[in-house]
Amino acid sequence: MGELRWAVTSWRLAAAMWTRAAFSYRVSFVLLSLASLLITGLDFVVLVLMFRHTDRLGGWSLPEIGLLYGTSGFAIGMADFLVGTVDGLGERIRTGALDVLLIRPAPALSMVCAERFTLRRLARPAQTLAVLGWSLQALPVAWSWDKVLLLIVMLLCGTVIFAALFVGLSATQFWWGEARELQNAATYGGATLLQYPPTIFAKDLLLGATFGVPLAFVNWLPALHILGRPDPLGLPPAFRFASPLAAGLSVLAAGLAWRAGLRAYRGTGS
Amino acid sequence: MAQAVGLYLAIARGAFRRYSTYRMATFSGAFTNSVFGVILAATFLALWRARPGLGGYDTAQAVTYIWVSQALLAVVAAWGGGFQDDVQARFRSGDIAIDLYRPVDFQGWWLANDLGRAAFQLLLRGGVPLTVGVLFFHARLPHSALTWPLFLVSVLLAVVVSFGLRFLVSLLGFWLQDSEGVRAITVVVSMFLSGMLLPLALFPPALGTAARALPWAAMVQVPCDVFLERHPGRGVADQLAFQLLWAVVLFGAGRLALRLAARKVVVQGG
Repeated sequence: MGELRWAVTSWRLAAAMWTRAAFSYRVSFVLLSLASLLITGLDFVVLVLMFRHTDRLGGWSLPEIGLLYGTSGFAIGMADFLVGTVDGLGERIRTGALDVLLIRPAPALSMVCAERFTLRRLARPAQTLAVLGWSLQALPVAWSWDKVLLLIVMLLCGTVIFAALFVGLSATQFWWGEARELQNAATYGGATLLQYPPTIFAKDLLLGATFGVPLAFVNWLPALHILGRPDPLGLPPAFRFASPLAAGLSVLAAGLAWRAGLRAYRGTGS
Repeated sequence: MAQAVGLYLAIARGAFRRYSTYRMATFSGAFTNSVFGVILAATFLALWRARPGLGGYDTAQAVTYIWVSQALLAVVAAWGGGFQDDVQARFRSGDIAIDLYRPVDFQGWWLANDLGRAAFQLLLRGGVPLTVGVLFFHARLPHSALTWPLFLVSVLLAVVVSFGLRFLVSLLGFWLQDSEGVRAITVVVSMFLSGMLLPLALFPPALGTAARALPWAAMVQVPCDVFLERHPGRGVADQLAFQLLWAVVLFGAGRLALRLAARKVVVQGG
């Protein structure tokens, strides 16, 4: 437990340092924050433009898709905010910068995750929460305690699942070098996948997103319960409430991958 | 003259070879483009199922649009990057002053460099997603054999237009300490107005008309339409002329800006 607290403290200190550094280029900081807000909003603009031409996509309405968009975007946004820069691992291995981190008296994972930390990455969670808020008031859902609870669980567990994907898949870079984009396919690709209703995708893809990479637990499955929709895969209803279990298993797998990677790592000696 | 051509070819070849050494990065990039292609093609299929013939594209053309635009993403550097990263690093280190003394034209040097990069990326990051699209999504290949060389010319012009835009942004580094913020804003504009996210025909009419006249349309929308054989006969010539016009205008603007910028450079002695 003390070890975990030390890991969190190291992350916080490094993050504070990077925040101070970012403020020294003030114009860039403001422009970058503005750009982050606009970029993360673009994919919703695309959705709105699509709905200018139709009122249903895969049988789902815009507020329903807004629920998916808001929960998926918030989860990946928070995960990216907390641990996103772990994807730069390959570059750090190539330049030898990782060796410098390893001799510091702080956990390497905390250091790598806090690297180039910036508050502007809160733009995505902020923008997606706004969409989520809009969709919640536009949805004709009769809210009961189980649905409210499930919404909170979605946001929390979704963040944990995406964070685990960031860390676990970045660990492959210990072996493959600059394979950063492979990880992007699951994280950013996954977040894009989850913004759309499951009904428009092929069954194999849905199976892969449920049992291969646990993406469906981020929002698809719990959202089916909230919206009272049938599951296109016909899975047992228990799956809709299994997000905490999926999140726990993801963290476990990511931790194992990271440890194995660190053990396999040989420094450049530079 | 022959000497100059030989020099620029050597620069381009060097950039081509440099990018070909990032094997894992290129492979994972092509994989990620393909994953996004699968997700976005499914969303387009759902939209065109609801509205067949939307924007004048039949369903096969709409799906192909996704695969061609994914294939172009890295080639035309819709997210920015390419030579921009190198120039930015040279601003930071001060090496940019040395570049201006070289007996090679500064703008020509970086254009040749960027064309070499684009040529390599066209092979893999262009070829892989397009092959996946044809094999698994029945993407529509050009019916006329003549379309292939026209498409290649259109891609070449698209890269030059993209270079012209990125060059102007990079030159801001002479005036701003850090052009990172401006660069981020231009990414928003380029993703949206190039047709990368959605064909411009699906935009609200006024915005669509404006976007089609702006240089960003020359980066993705035009080469996609050439590939899809949307403008038979003379129409293709008009499209290529539109690209050529912007390529020349932007290259000229870059030249002018460079002359102004070079006057600003103060080399610190020592």
